[in-house]
This record gives sequence, structure tokens and C-alpha cells, in this order.
Amino acid sequence: MQARELPKVQTGIDGLDQVTRGGLPKGRPTLICGAAGCGKTLMAMEFLVRGATQFGEPGVFITFEESPEELAANVRSLGFDIDRLVAEEKIAVDFVRIEASEIVENGAYDLEGLFLRLGFAIDSVGAKRVVLDTIESLFGGFTNEALLRSELRRLFRWLKDRGVTAVITGERGDGALTRQGLEEYVSDCVILLDHRVNEQVSTRRLRIVKYRGTSHGTNEYPFLIDEKGMSVLPLTALGLEHAASDERVSTGIPKLDAMLGGKGYYRGSSILVSGTAGTGKTSLAAQFTAAACARGERVLYLAFEESPGQLYRNMRSIGVDLESHAKKGTLRMHASRPTLLGLEAHLVLIHKMITEFDPTVVILDPISNLMSAGTSLDASAMLLRLIDVLKSRNITAFFNHLNSGGDAVETTDVGVSSLIDTWILMRHLEVNGQRNRGLYILKSRGMNHSNQTHEFLLTDRGIELRDAVGERKSTTR
Amino acid sequence: MTTENYDAKLGEIWELRLYTAGQTPKSLTALANLQRICDEHLRGKYRIEVIDLMANPRLAKDHQIVAIPTLVRKLPEPLRRVIGDLSDTERALVGLELRRAT
Repeated sequence: MQARELPKVQTGIDGLDQVTRGGLPKGRPTLICGAAGCGKTLMAMEFLVRGATQFGEPGVFITFEESPEELAANVRSLGFDIDRLVAEEKIAVDFVRIEASEIVENGAYDLEGLFLRLGFAIDSVGAKRVVLDTIESLFGGFTNEALLRSELRRLFRWLKDRGVTAVITGERGDGALTRQGLEEYVSDCVILLDHRVNEQVSTRRLRIVKYRGTSHGTNEYPFLIDEKGMSVLPLTALGLEHAASDERVSTGIPKLDAMLGGKGYYRGSSILVSGTAGTGKTSLAAQFTAAACARGERVLYLAFEESPGQLYRNMRSIGVDLESHAKKGTLRMHASRPTLLGLEAHLVLIHKMITEFDPTVVILDPISNLMSAGTSLDASAMLLRLIDVLKSRNITAFFNHLNSGGDAVETTDVGVSSLIDTWILMRHLEVNGQRNRGLYILKSRGMNHSNQTHEFLLTDRGIELRDAVGERKSTTR
Repeated sequence: MTTENYDAKLGEIWELRLYTAGQTPKSLTALANLQRICDEHLRGKYRIEVIDLMANPRLAKDHQIVAIPTLVRKLPEPLRRVIGDLSDTERALVGLELRRAT
């Protein structure tokens, strides 16, 4: 056993270098496989573009299926300007067009022409990275399979001898990773991409099938392709190692702070507020948000039910001005329908926003809506991952959960309550023929919290907590 | 030999191009076979140009060459491509349309 790890080259693809613990094997071929439309070409192209622009490693893209014009148009949506990179001699593109109908075979031949083209392209830009997309097209153009296989073997050896880091793409075959069994030629690293559609919602996933001589994550990692390229969510097994902060943050409501040991929530803890419709969950979130923003902290507010405009208006009515914080840039509001994306795609997106915006507080309002984007098991798995991500960054997480009428109030259908540090229950109280709002701290780890139900009012100056219900004198006696 | 269908074409000069990569046995065989076929069927009416891609690799890209050796019939049109060392004379004749496939 060798303890030394293979030298690797960074791909520059968001998250992939973490999942592969450093990137792709340097000077060796990597196979990226998956069904049509799973993102192979885009991933290969991003590897090349990032190499050329971020790591000073020029690259060669050999395309067998798309013309250079089509290729450039397809990746332009990711913000990659291939034409410019070609003009700057950072990338060379060669379209190897193989038209079976135009070729008559007669006697012995080899694919030396392909080797010469590849060598020429590599020399023309001083390439350190090479993409072959997808080499399997050769099998459609030439009939001599035995020859093709020996030439492929020669090609992979040749690439290694040239010392280029190569990415080969292959289409997924029946019961095999690739139709032509390319995996048997690529022994170092094989990455499988998958694109599944569940209940009309699609999720892309990536898995490292094999990575010789190195440790790597073995899970399926969700990824997204958007206008900035590909981002893989590196779901590291955080376990329970995150440091716990002693710092306290105000809830934005002095009386609620008092109920929570006098000081409010712990920084970096997860807070769950659950209750039926109209109990004031969003108001509680908004006050916490406004208080954090007023302290100069950054808050990421993910709204799954209301548009930002609607939220600003509604919260203004209780005297909470979120809009000015959004304008100042301390509050980032992101509203989207949960069903727009798969759960994992949401997770990737949230992760991306957290990385970009670097907030100290993240609000999800409400998490119950995420249920509609996946099964309940998926939803709780996703929240667990999200909580791990947030805890590792010491971000205070605030989740709202809508209980539907028939639910037992002390359950959450996403089953996350055990992961939560502070759980606040909002409910309607019917006292003396009036329906009032009540708030109760079901649990709050690590602090001496109130065990009384407090009635509260939504006034034009925010949430106003009143005395505990049991302490009040009845007026009708 | 049933070459009458190609009489019209046979009136013209045939321009043939053989792409090789250095002096490999396959390339030499292909050139010898091509010359023999032309001498038998196109005497005095053909031109063979040998392009060594080893010396000029850019042309492999510009002319879309993958397999070596590749024979391209530039004239008469349309363009035809035959890959291999042309060891099968019958197939070479069909491929170049010097004879119709039967």
C-alpha cells in the first residue's frame, strides 16, 4: 500500500474539488459518463475553461458530435466565451467529424490521423488539459471494432505519455457505465452523472465510481448547472464536531429574550418555530431578521410562500421594515416556489447563496413547503444536511414550520425536531370566547427557559408578548 | 469489365490524394496498390498527390482526416473517401466508382 496520494489538478468546478479531495488525477485520463443530457459536455468544458482561465493550464477540446459553433453556443449560457479563449490561444477546439456513410473501408488502417490532430492541437496552445467528447462516436464511424479497441488503448497510453490531464466522456450503456466499455481503458478515475426526474422535478446527481489510489467521497452528490456553471454540493460528513458558540443573539423581542434565559438564542443554533396558519411565525422570523440586520449582520431570507414585496408590505404593517435592510444589502431575500426545483437542487442553491453572501443568519420560511418538492424522508435528510452546513459555519438557522390543522402540534411532518436546539410553538389559544395567539418554548437546549405559555399581540410596533396565561386573572369571575 | 457506366468520368483527369503519416508499411502498401489500380484502369488520366500529415499535421484537421491511410478522390466529383491500404482491389474499384457494386 502506498500512503502517498496521487498528484491532482484542481478542476475549479464549485464543490467538485472538495468531493474528489483535490481534483482529477494529474496527467491521467478521467472518464465522465452518464445518460444523454446529464451534463457531461458542460462539465468537461468547464474543466477546460477553468483550467485555462484560473490555473494557467491551456486546454484542447476534441468534439466528435457538435461543431465548434454549436459547442460555443451551448456553453455561452454558462458564461463561457470559447471564441475569445480560442482567439487568445488558451483553448483549441477540433471537430472530428466522422460520417460513416462517406467512408469506405478497404484493408488495414489505423487512427494515426486522430493522434496527429490531437498532438497538433496540444502543441498549438501548450495544452495541459484535454477533453475528448465523446470518443465513442468512433464506433459509429468505423466497423473494425478490434482495431478501434487497440487504438483506444494506444490513445490512452499516448495521453498519459504526453502528461496531459484528460477527460473522456461516454454515454451510459445498458448495464454498463458506457456503451463501449470505455471504463476498461480508464483505470484511474470514473465519475458518473445522473439526471433523475421525480414527480416532474429533476435532480442532477454526481457520484465518483472509482478513484484509484485516493480517498474520495462515495455518496451521490447533488449538483446544479446554472448561469455560472456547475456546482456540486460537497456533503461532507460533518458529524457532530462543530464547535458550539456561547454567544447569544437577541430574538428582536425583549420579552422573548427574557423567556430564553434572558439573552435570546445561541449563535449558530437552529431554531424551529412551528404552528398552524396565522399564528405569527413569519412575524417572529421578521423581527429576528430586522434585529440581526440592525446589528449589522447579514441575513439570508428564503421565502417559499410569499414574494419579497408581499413580505415587506405585510411586515411593515407590524412595524418591521425589512425593505430598508434589503436595500442596504444586509438582507438578501430569495423567494422561490419549492416545486420549482428538486429538494437537492434547493440545497445546492442555498449552499451557493450562503457561500456567496456569507450570512450569519439564515431564515427558511417555511420548511414545511419543501415537503411538496420531495418525499418526507428526502426533506428531513435535506434539512439535516442543511443544518450541518449551517452549523459548521456558525450560522444561526431559523426555520418556520406550518402545521396543518389536523396535525398534532408537537410534531413536524419533516421530522427534524430532534435536530433543533430551540423549538418555539405558536398556537391559538381560546380564552373566554376569544381566539388569541400564544407562544410556548417547547425546548431550548443549554439554557434555562420559560415553561409558560405567553399570549402575544401583533401590534403596529411588532410582536408584544403579554404575561403568561396562567398568571392572568380571569375577568369574568 | 463493366466500366461503360463511367465512360463520361473516364474522359476527365482523375485527381487522387493519399494521406499518409510517415513512411509506414501501410502507407507504402496503399500507395503501391493505388498506383497499380490506376495504371490498370486510368492509364494517363490520373494524378496522385501524397500528403504526409506527419510533416503537416494541420492538414489532418483542415481536411478532416482521422484514419491513415486515407484516399480521397477529389475529381471527378463527388468527393469519395476510401480508408485502408487498398489491399482489396475489387473494393477499391467500387469505392472509387471505377466499378459498380454488384
